[in-house]
Amino acid sequence: MKSLLAALALTTALTLPSIASARPVTLTTTLKDYGGNGAYVALYVTDATGAYAGSLWMAGGKSKYYQHLSDWYRATNGNRAEIDGITGASVGAGRTLKITLDLADALFDAGYELHIDAAVEDMRDSPNEVAVPLTSAGAGKATRGRRYIDSFSYNF
Amino acid sequence: MIRVLHRWPGLLAAALLVVIALSGAALSLFPAAETLTVPEVEAGLPVADLAQRIQNTYPGVEQIRRAPSGRITAYWFDNGTPGSAVIDPATGIRAASADPNATERWLTNLHRSLFLGDTGRIVSAIGAGALLVLTLSGMFLVARRTGGWRRWFTPLQGPLAGRLHVEVARIAIAGLLLSSVTGLWMTAATFELLPEGGSAPAFPADVSGSTGVALKAIPALQQTAVTSFRELSFPYAGDATDVFTLKTDAGTGYIDQGTGQLLVWSGLSAYERVSETVYMLHTGRGASLLGLVLGVMALGVPVMGGTGLLVWANGRLGRPRLRGNVAAGKAETILLVGSEGGSTWGFAATLQSALKAAGQQVHVAPMSSFAPGRYANARRIAVLAATYGDGDAPASAAGFLDKLRALDKAPGAPLAVLGFGDRSFPAFCAFAKQVEEAARAKGWPFLMPMDTVDRQSPQDFARWGRSFGAAAGVDLELNHQPQMPAATSLTLLSRRDYGAEVQAPAAILRFAIPQASLWARLTGRGFQTFKPGDLMGIVPEGSTLPRFYSLASGTEDGFAEIAVRKHPGGLCSGQLMNLQPGGSVRSFIRRNPDFHPGRGKAPLLLIGAGTGIGPLAGFIRSNASRRPVHLFFGARHPDSDFLYAEELAEWSRDGRVGRVEMAFSRGQPPIYVQDALLKDAAEVSRLIAEGARIMVCGGRGMARGVSESLTAILAPSGQTPAMLKAEDRYVEDVY
Repeated sequence: MKSLLAALALTTALTLPSIASARPVTLTTTLKDYGGNGAYVALYVTDATGAYAGSLWMAGGKSKYYQHLSDWYRATNGNRAEIDGITGASVGAGRTLKITLDLADALFDAGYELHIDAAVEDMRDSPNEVAVPLTSAGAGKATRGRRYIDSFSYNF
Repeated sequence: MIRVLHRWPGLLAAALLVVIALSGAALSLFPAAETLTVPEVEAGLPVADLAQRIQNTYPGVEQIRRAPSGRITAYWFDNGTPGSAVIDPATGIRAASADPNATERWLTNLHRSLFLGDTGRIVSAIGAGALLVLTLSGMFLVARRTGGWRRWFTPLQGPLAGRLHVEVARIAIAGLLLSSVTGLWMTAATFELLPEGGSAPAFPADVSGSTGVALKAIPALQQTAVTSFRELSFPYAGDATDVFTLKTDAGTGYIDQGTGQLLVWSGLSAYERVSETVYMLHTGRGASLLGLVLGVMALGVPVMGGTGLLVWANGRLGRPRLRGNVAAGKAETILLVGSEGGSTWGFAATLQSALKAAGQQVHVAPMSSFAPGRYANARRIAVLAATYGDGDAPASAAGFLDKLRALDKAPGAPLAVLGFGDRSFPAFCAFAKQVEEAARAKGWPFLMPMDTVDRQSPQDFARWGRSFGAAAGVDLELNHQPQMPAATSLTLLSRRDYGAEVQAPAAILRFAIPQASLWARLTGRGFQTFKPGDLMGIVPEGSTLPRFYSLASGTEDGFAEIAVRKHPGGLCSGQLMNLQPGGSVRSFIRRNPDFHPGRGKAPLLLIGAGTGIGPLAGFIRSNASRRPVHLFFGARHPDSDFLYAEELAEWSRDGRVGRVEMAFSRGQPPIYVQDALLKDAAEVSRLIAEGARIMVCGGRGMARGVSESLTAILAPSGQTPAMLKAEDRYVEDVY
């Protein structure tokens, strides 16, 4: 269980569209029992054109492994400033990562997509495990990941 | 100092190191097993062909990796299901499961982090650091014990535990040094304490935007052989801006998925190459044979941990419990103890209890905790010091001399120094003498002149105690029962009697070697192994003091043999002369390393008389290498007390002994061994010029006569017996 207060989320680019109106959003990521060491998981957002907009969370503290989160790495070139203050421990197999952030209202129903990359030591890299549009209607709906993520959902 | 550096990291980290070493040894098997089972790759196969074969089987292939062992793994996504397999490169078809081995993963996590995440990684790294300190300090200790770096592999003496510790260490040290340094490097890299070695190149800004190039049409994949290949990631389906990512042992590059052109390439930096080499050396991945060797060497860690603990405990447990030790600041008498094996502590305990009984306040401490500033009420300070090796400080006196020399002013309480040692060793009480000299140089007043105790003599100690008591103004009667090695019962196998006709009864006694358990041998409690020239201590009935006899055989001979002469009124020799086969005596081994022939090819000049032939016969018996040996032997009469006559005839025939020169004092004419030497002066001086080692065994009178003869023989060459002694080429075992 991770929770994060508004102050931290405000440091990311994602709150910029309108600082005035933001709401707490809980992101819940449950991993499969894939039989490996703890997974590195990156949550980030792209805009309507598909361009990287900003990072929400990085689970995994050792930057030398970030290149295995290949889409996130490609978008940010591994820039650690992108995840400054929003980094936590890697997530064990079968465990749930729960983060609460204050996200700007403008991010919803505006073509933004939330992406998750995952990677596990000595196992396959899995960029784009999850890609879900951020919409008010999509809240509370579970999405399955490709390889490591059993389910992901966001709730207001 | 080095021993302290070795002891404490060893004791504190022993359990941790055993866990790390055993898991490391087990892990070393995996790369080797993988290398043995990996499917073969045809020579010169390009990555393009390999990737095409895999794509034919698994159209949804996303990534192909090649491990340092050569194992190729493919990851794909077909019909919404992820899949992976180890691939046979010849066919592109699944050869085995790609799931990570759960046992290997478990062992890896134990090895690097004890299942405790980053905290565990730090603990593991501390273990690696301790191992590094232990290997470095251990190297110096091995060199010190063997007598120099060039004698690294010379055979060892002493109780089994200590011997085993060094035997294993001098082989395993190389591997442990490598594993500990590379392990520390890897931890430092994980915690980002080392510079990050050039990460992947920046993603290309411009791509063609088209897709669908055939794998075989990509030049970079055609030109890269599978043997130098590491990883190929395919572009994400439906994303025209994505690219192929290729990693080889030369670097990383991006390939356009429409044109097949290499868009960006970045070579490995020198630092990355070093990092990869370190990783390979530590894990054995890519060097599985080396990994196995390191794994075997790591198995030495539990052995060294156990034996090291025993060595330490043996020294520690040898120390008696002190009751009623007074604080340093309150005591009138300070006793400082420098002990190696623990026997000096026994003397200190006796002294302490006698002083206490006389109403004194006594503080007993190891010399290493010397702190004159705290001795506020001290009226006198006594130092009881043994010696380690050739004059080094014993274990509990580490740092004493440095502390003493660093003092601004000597303590006011006067000093008494008592040295403990064995007069048959050249460095007799050498450390105690150094203490005395350093104290004198500092201007420390002396309570009484320095004295010595030879071979734990209770008489020497009692005599010193009376002087010390007189100086301290108390009546002191020290009755110390020295701790003797535990004696074992030895059974007499056979005896041969000589000399009755010439009124000098003597006998060769052959005892069976008792079976000692491994534990007894490890802890030095059982009957130890021995060589000719070592001493057999025999405790006669009705006495606690042992008598020592030179051994005429080694453990390898399968029996313990001594030559004994009956001394008029002698308690021990009397009992031995009456001993019949099947009877037994209480006995133990004491090593006598200075009276061994040693290795080398230089001739041996053995000189002895009477029962002194014992060890000399032992040297000849064990002369399997047919080193040139010349024996000068004196007895009374050839028909009566010529010990070992039959064996010498046989050893002469098979070349174990060259020349045997006899001198019979009751022959016609009577001749002594020193005369025989003079008669053969030319030959003796030729042997000495060739570098011969002279070994003399027998009575004091004979030894003096031999020394005089040698003085005369050596005079023309400008040498003296003393010079040969200094070179360790002239040794005596006299009684």
